[in-house]
Amino acid sequence: MRSRPTFVRWLVILGALHAIIVCAGFFAPYDPIEQDRKNPYLPPMPLHLMDAQGRLHLRPFAYALKLREGTFDQYEQDFTHPVPMKLFTSGSGYRLLGFLPLRTHLFGSEDTRICLLGSDGYGRDQFSRLLYGGQISLLAGILGAACTLLIGVCVGGAAGYFGGWRDDALMRITELFMALPWLYLLFALRAFLPLSVSPLKAFFLIVAVIGAVGWARPARLVRGVVLSAKERDFVRAARGFGATHGYLWRRHILPETSSVLWTQATILVPQFVLAEMTLSFLGLGVPEPVPSWGNLLSSLQQYSVLVSYWWMYLPALAMVPFFLGYLGLASSLQEQGEAYKIERRGILGA
Amino acid sequence: MMRFFLRRLRHALFLLAGVSILAFLFTTLAPGNYFDEMRLNPQISPETLAALRAQYQLDKPLALRYASWMNSVLHGQMGFSFAYNGPVAPLLFVRARNTLLLTITATLIAWVIALPLGVWSAERYGRLPDRLLSWAAAGLLVIPDLALALGLLVLAVRTGWFPTGGMTSLDFESLSFGGKVRDLVWHMTLPVAALVFSALPLLLRHVRAAVAEVLDAPFVLAAKGHGIPRRTLLYRYALRAAANPLISLFGFSVGALLSGSLLVEVVMSWPGLGPLLLESILSRDLYIVIGGVLLSTLFLVGGNFLADILLYWADPRIRTETVAR
Repeated sequence: MRSRPTFVRWLVILGALHAIIVCAGFFAPYDPIEQDRKNPYLPPMPLHLMDAQGRLHLRPFAYALKLREGTFDQYEQDFTHPVPMKLFTSGSGYRLLGFLPLRTHLFGSEDTRICLLGSDGYGRDQFSRLLYGGQISLLAGILGAACTLLIGVCVGGAAGYFGGWRDDALMRITELFMALPWLYLLFALRAFLPLSVSPLKAFFLIVAVIGAVGWARPARLVRGVVLSAKERDFVRAARGFGATHGYLWRRHILPETSSVLWTQATILVPQFVLAEMTLSFLGLGVPEPVPSWGNLLSSLQQYSVLVSYWWMYLPALAMVPFFLGYLGLASSLQEQGEAYKIERRGILGA
Repeated sequence: MMRFFLRRLRHALFLLAGVSILAFLFTTLAPGNYFDEMRLNPQISPETLAALRAQYQLDKPLALRYASWMNSVLHGQMGFSFAYNGPVAPLLFVRARNTLLLTITATLIAWVIALPLGVWSAERYGRLPDRLLSWAAAGLLVIPDLALALGLLVLAVRTGWFPTGGMTSLDFESLSFGGKVRDLVWHMTLPVAALVFSALPLLLRHVRAAVAEVLDAPFVLAAKGHGIPRRTLLYRYALRAAANPLISLFGFSVGALLSGSLLVEVVMSWPGLGPLLLESILSRDLYIVIGGVLLSTLFLVGGNFLADILLYWADPRIRTETVAR
């Protein structure tokens, strides 16, 4: 009897979360860089089912916001002006998955915009920016992790497979990189690259920097696995039959490293998403107007925003489910790996 | 025993030298330097710029620059800051002191909480209180440091209970000694809380796992059978046996003392190493960047060294292993 492993559950959760981000154009009601200068810093608009008169509605609605008398940035709900929420409305155009031109959005409204998480200083919808920002941050994390693992496999694999002086030299370099505090290394690397570049360039710059920083630990782990794998009997047998290096790698050694790589990936991706966030938060990453999870929060560095517009903080909480998903996946993969090891040892022992 | 230490020490020195060379190599990849901004200024002639570059040896080949920098490190100056127009070392040391004040406090608090709580949790491994605690820790773990620090800041602003940044109040100089201490503690509360919250879940997890593994061992059952009181068993025997991974972790916390709080310092505008580093990155004040990286690497390496020594002292297996070699 074998129950379905828990990592499948986490994988489904993560898949759903990522699908929302990938299809940000559909789930986000508005264009992330569309400005509404007349309505800066709108507070979040709560959705209601019951109106001010106590009547129940089937269709959720929000109340439009109006300026409070005598103020210039304090809004209050205008109870005479309900804004019903429409599903599958037509709005600003976007390209789903980068190629499919569509205008349909999951929800929207007719005259007044519904800003679920409020809007920023330019009146841009924070909810839409959050979803679009996720595309940048998650992609940077995933690509960065892929780069790191690639370097890790090459360095660690070469060190473990060839051994000898090559192993020594590569491992010394690896130790060097592990000794560097990685956030500092990230900064130092970024420091010596051009500071103001176009968003696209900045994105690839960040991916490259992040990818170049974290490879030391995976390299060490891969080396360990390769060291033990190349002494396994079936590998020795294959070598005895005259298998080439390439064949041995493809068929026998690389598959052995896969579980380490997957576990490392689930650990590295959130770490690198955080790295991108940190860089962008500090203004070293993806620049405005392109949203990313880091630069969404960067306005909080201004004291006035911190005091008056607390909802600018809300995007920080929206990221928590993603990190929870990755953490859950990582720990269930680790458990799975342990169980697998014990199982195999049992078979070999019998 | 001396041989063990010497080997470790040699290893550490090798790492530091490597890091300094690496940090220097990165500077060659750098397009532009500190004086590039001045080029746009029509009042500064190209000749003056060239003279400035020559004065700071930016026109010399890399090996020469490295040698003269190494010379100034050995004289305790660690190069020259363009922006502050003075040697780097005193700048770094003042900032590092502020950072250490913050991080040593936070690390101590985190460990003082994590040890008993982890043991308590391991004793109830798999039962309801343990599971609740694990979930709480996981909840804390998934909140990114940035969100945590910003959240605390938002809280501080909205309640007005804590200052929103800095290390001292404006009237700090006029306060009495007791008042100064109180002011400092008041300013430290939020950054320390952010650091403790971000370190705690990981420490807790490791303490719990290590102790729980030991509690499964036959010797614990035997000790129980001998009627050794619970507290003695847990803290004198089990914790000692579980020390190995924890000591490595402790070395890691010591190593992160300078580099771990960068983000919190920047967010809470604590005048530590983090903001200085960020500022000098943006102005390309490269000797400060190199100095900062080197100083924090020194701590990381030192932390590992400390862990090695502690392990040697605490774990007899390592002693015999090195003697046998």
